[in-house]
Amino acid sequence: MDLNYSAEEIAFRDEVRGWLRANLPVELRDKVLNYQELTKDDLLRWHKILARKGWVAPFWPTEWGGTGWTVVQRYIFEEECGAAGTPPIVAFGVRMCAPVLLRFGTEAQKKRFLPRIYNGEDFWVQGYSEPGSGSDLASLKTRAVRDGDAYVVTGQKIWTTLGQYGDWIFCLVRTDPKAEKKQEGISFLLVDMKTPGITVRPIILMDQGHEVNEVFFDEVRVPAENLVHEEGRGWTVAKYLLGYERMGTGNIAVSKRELARVKTMAGPLLDDPRFRDRLTRVEVELMALEITNMRFLDQLRGGRAPGAEVSLLKIKGTEIQQTITELMVQTAGPFAQPFRPVNGGAEGDRGFDRLTASLLPRYCNVRKATIYAGSNEIQRNIIAKATLGL
Amino acid sequence: MDFEYSDEQKLLSETLRKFLNTGYGFDARAKIIAGPSGSSEDVWAVLAEMGILGVPFDAEHGGFGGTTVDMMVVMEALGEFLVVEPYLATILGGRFVARGGTRAQQARLLPALVQGKLKMAFAQTERGARYDLSRVATRAAKAGDGWALDGEKSVVLHGGAADLLVVSARTAGGERDAGGLGLFLVERRTPGVTVREYRTLDNLRVADVTLAGVRVGADALLGREGQGLALAEEVVDYATALLCAEAVGAIKYAHDATLEYLKTRRQFGVPIGSFQALQHRMVDILISYEQARSIACLACVKVDSTDADERRRAVSAAKIKIADACRHVSQEAVQLHGGMGMTEELKISHTFRRLTSIAQAFGDADHHLERYARLG
Repeated sequence: MDLNYSAEEIAFRDEVRGWLRANLPVELRDKVLNYQELTKDDLLRWHKILARKGWVAPFWPTEWGGTGWTVVQRYIFEEECGAAGTPPIVAFGVRMCAPVLLRFGTEAQKKRFLPRIYNGEDFWVQGYSEPGSGSDLASLKTRAVRDGDAYVVTGQKIWTTLGQYGDWIFCLVRTDPKAEKKQEGISFLLVDMKTPGITVRPIILMDQGHEVNEVFFDEVRVPAENLVHEEGRGWTVAKYLLGYERMGTGNIAVSKRELARVKTMAGPLLDDPRFRDRLTRVEVELMALEITNMRFLDQLRGGRAPGAEVSLLKIKGTEIQQTITELMVQTAGPFAQPFRPVNGGAEGDRGFDRLTASLLPRYCNVRKATIYAGSNEIQRNIIAKATLGL
Repeated sequence: MDFEYSDEQKLLSETLRKFLNTGYGFDARAKIIAGPSGSSEDVWAVLAEMGILGVPFDAEHGGFGGTTVDMMVVMEALGEFLVVEPYLATILGGRFVARGGTRAQQARLLPALVQGKLKMAFAQTERGARYDLSRVATRAAKAGDGWALDGEKSVVLHGGAADLLVVSARTAGGERDAGGLGLFLVERRTPGVTVREYRTLDNLRVADVTLAGVRVGADALLGREGQGLALAEEVVDYATALLCAEAVGAIKYAHDATLEYLKTRRQFGVPIGSFQALQHRMVDILISYEQARSIACLACVKVDSTDADERRRAVSAAKIKIADACRHVSQEAVQLHGGMGMTEELKISHTFRRLTSIAQAFGDADHHLERYARLG
């Protein structure tokens, strides 16, 4: 066991750090560090910069553009991106759809979609949850009926993150409503969002932001060649994808940056032992999680798909994220209250600055973290079953 | 970076566990505790023979020259089996000699320690000092070529079993000064040394040590006169890292035993582990265990750092997390065991007591929160 970076790893870190310094556009970094909304163009701009460098999908197989980095190198890369304040790489294409295609897709599907995902030509979103199917995902009702060389899809998806930007959506649909078990009879479809019959409607969250959507399907014709894996085997695909979905939810690198931020925001509060102890406890928890994360990643070296261990990272990582947002709000004190100027109030006024005003909305927003990608209670169910055998 | 134990470390762990499985089961341990000394000379001889006493010491003294991660392997196993032998106390004493002793002191003491012929303890704590290493009223005055020591030390871990004590005493300065501290090697049988032993609730032994005009030679001084605090802090950090590793072993036992209990204990016609309210609490025990292991790794790797602040930060961070995890896991383990968890009969109650004690030893969470904060 050795927790220190080797000379090669330090050299790699310096290379990444130097490259990020030279290539991360300052306007993007400022938006990230000030919690401003990133547009589709912002997200794709950064995606394409990384794609040109060859770093957008490090863990893919090298023949499709993966970097062949070790687990530690991948961690260093994420850590440096977190510290630098890069926009996130939107997970739905690179981290979710692509691993599914690599594992279950036909050669034709891989050739058609993977390069476009890599280069940021298609913006992918996820069609999993439905109004009646949240934690109980397998109860989903969106129907797909085979009609000649197409499936006709009718139903509704919900909580579709960044659905307003979506070019393509991967969907779980029910192809056999008569199947004995609800997990059977589900299929995995790739749907072009320009197809007639699709409507996207925004859902505004309590932070006033537009991040999630409802997506309605009204007799949408999807070519049968867009079926991934076999008809009726979609649940296998779904579960495989969920492991990858949760892999990124620890958010350790970002939490490290945010925690450092709390310290600079805290000012004299740092001398308050009550505040200081809360801050230290979350810092220590994060230090431990960083090592837990690497210990688990290390076990995945053989190329095994992530299992229940990522549920643990998700639980702890999101709890830490939420605690940090609480501490941030606390640093602002009474100035956490102003949200937007009205009636002649303006930025730069004594009572208002955009960064401080973003802390409370952010606290509200991050409540989502323990709910999405399988609520933390579902993650505990998974660990109880898969790891503990209960 | 590398997160696995090496093959040698795995072998060390297996060998030690094999012995503990046969020689240190719950019943064997109960007999040892009930004996007059509260520890076992036979077990000590085996630990010496297996080289467990020599793991951290240099080959020239008969040791293995192992790293602190090697020691982590040992401490984890001892923690899992709730070993009550004066191992940590002796290693702590030996570490003082290895880090602060002259070559002559090392050559005189370390081979004997490694061979199982010398037990040691650190006589530091005084009434009212809590965990503050600088708060020492015990005095060392020049007397002839050597020193005369006077003072009272409390709750000295395994002080009664020790042949040789490392005693902190002032050669200069007031009770809370950082300077003026000395560390002295004092044989327990020296005239003027009185030892009163106590059993602890977790079945270890501690002792009050009174020093009344205790005369020792010039060669009893460890390190430089008046500069003992830095050495004491470094060595106590080392012991704290080892204690964190011991905690990981005991937490692992609590986790395993509780999980087993959830699977076998039946109520309402089903195993109680089928209840979601208990499943989620069990998952939280697992999370505490994994996090405790991670932070103990950090402490054991960084405790050897030459950067004192890096060492302090890692050790205090670890002790904060370990103390919290000790409390969480021990309390939950007893709760999930129900009434049986309360009984002397089950190892889980012994584990509860050990974890409770570890949470406070070498500084509780609050002490280390304060220390961590002062490091900035």
